[in-house]
Amino acid sequence: MVSTRARLEALDTLRTSIRRYFKKQGLVEVQAPMACQFGTTDPALHSVAVELAGQRRYLQTSPEFALKRLLAQNSGDIYAFATAFRDDEVGQWHSPEFTLLEWYRLGFDHHQLMDDVEALIRHCWDEAPAIERISHADLYREITGVDSHASSLDQLKAAASQFGFCGDLDEHRGSWLDALWVAAIEPAIQTRALLVYDFTVEQAALARLGSVDGQPVAHRFELVIHGVELANGFWELTDAKEQARRFESDRSIRKDRGLEDVLPDSRLLGCLDQMPSCAGVALGFERLAAMILGYDQLASVQALAWEDA
Amino acid sequence: MATYSTNEFRPGLKVILDNEPCSILDNEFVKPGKGQAFNRVKLRNLTSGRVWERTFRSGESLEGADVVDLTMEYLYTDGEFYYFMDPNSFEQHQADIKAVGDTYLWLKEQDTCEVTFYNGIPLSVTPANFVELEIVETDPGLKGDTAQGGNKPAKLSTGAVVKVPLFITRGEIIKVDTRSGEYVARASKS
Repeated sequence: MVSTRARLEALDTLRTSIRRYFKKQGLVEVQAPMACQFGTTDPALHSVAVELAGQRRYLQTSPEFALKRLLAQNSGDIYAFATAFRDDEVGQWHSPEFTLLEWYRLGFDHHQLMDDVEALIRHCWDEAPAIERISHADLYREITGVDSHASSLDQLKAAASQFGFCGDLDEHRGSWLDALWVAAIEPAIQTRALLVYDFTVEQAALARLGSVDGQPVAHRFELVIHGVELANGFWELTDAKEQARRFESDRSIRKDRGLEDVLPDSRLLGCLDQMPSCAGVALGFERLAAMILGYDQLASVQALAWEDA
Repeated sequence: MATYSTNEFRPGLKVILDNEPCSILDNEFVKPGKGQAFNRVKLRNLTSGRVWERTFRSGESLEGADVVDLTMEYLYTDGEFYYFMDPNSFEQHQADIKAVGDTYLWLKEQDTCEVTFYNGIPLSVTPANFVELEIVETDPGLKGDTAQGGNKPAKLSTGAVVKVPLFITRGEIIKVDTRSGEYVARASKS
């Protein structure tokens, strides 16, 4: 059993090492506000509302909107260690309260940001595994045989059931691609370290869309090591109109699933057109720490585990 | 029977999946950062003994299975059925060969074992972890060879064949670990 002191020192060393990397790269550390006036419309996330000083505020599921508003005010390259809150997420690799390390690089596209993510990982993890880069389409084709961009809903459903998925989901391709991810892909990549890029347009979230060899794609990536998702990044969408349209589409999905309605962040939408072209990524700090220190659960790297806090 | 949601799936919970009674072995909450929540579940099919890996959307539910484990005394077999008795109620139950499976190799009359019932019918029988059985057939023991080295097959009264040290002789009672099918020690003479 590692002593509390040794565990805290290991985490402190990791944070210091990350800060040193960003300092060298010219990023400025920001303390992002985490109790804000708007929540997230993302149907997969549940922001928690709280009453503070007589106002309804939302505990943020990530510092993304706050940091983007700073970028729109010409903050330049920035990063934050932010305590994020996501309701209903408890498990080996999930805690309702956790730390996101999020950063933005001006003028980068998602490929340059993947280089940056990899450089940071190597900087703070001596024994980091070699990281493969693979497109979303290639990964799904290799493991499940489906074409993540083009296969029909019925083909995705058939493949999901073949990989042991039971039950039903809604009629969105993205939902069935997620089911395949959990049922087929994660179990098959338990010994690999991957940067997966160019997601399907349904899974764009806040990434800009583009085209690769004639195939429309979302310029989004994820870092997945030994089946655990460590980071999610975008070549950021800077088009307020398109962003507003996606927020509305989120709201209609929320409605379909019987989830509470969430108003889009009008402050973000009001300044997104002024945000300079950039790429940004959020990395689960405790997940990375657990992986580096050889633990197989978040609780081992929380100062006090969620259950005990 | 009650239904159970994925967040109630705990190891040991008995549920029905594809019309088969199953016991939950492991339940992992998995959620892609930008996706819905799922549960990756390992279950043991109690009829076949096979382990299934299935993925469910979080919040999905399964019907509970009426499965109970009872400690019972093994009485005898008539070749077609195996008879067990509840030591408290003295009630007798018969289990067919399919339910007993290979467990017959470790069943000695009057020994206690665990019988798993599904809807009131014996589904499987689990022997005690350790049983003591008599050797009915083995090569003659070698004098002086008491320390180490070598073993030989020995046939037990139930028909099971286990490897025993060379010094063990026919007619002796030995203790066997039923989970591995391995010889543990000489049993004290009864």
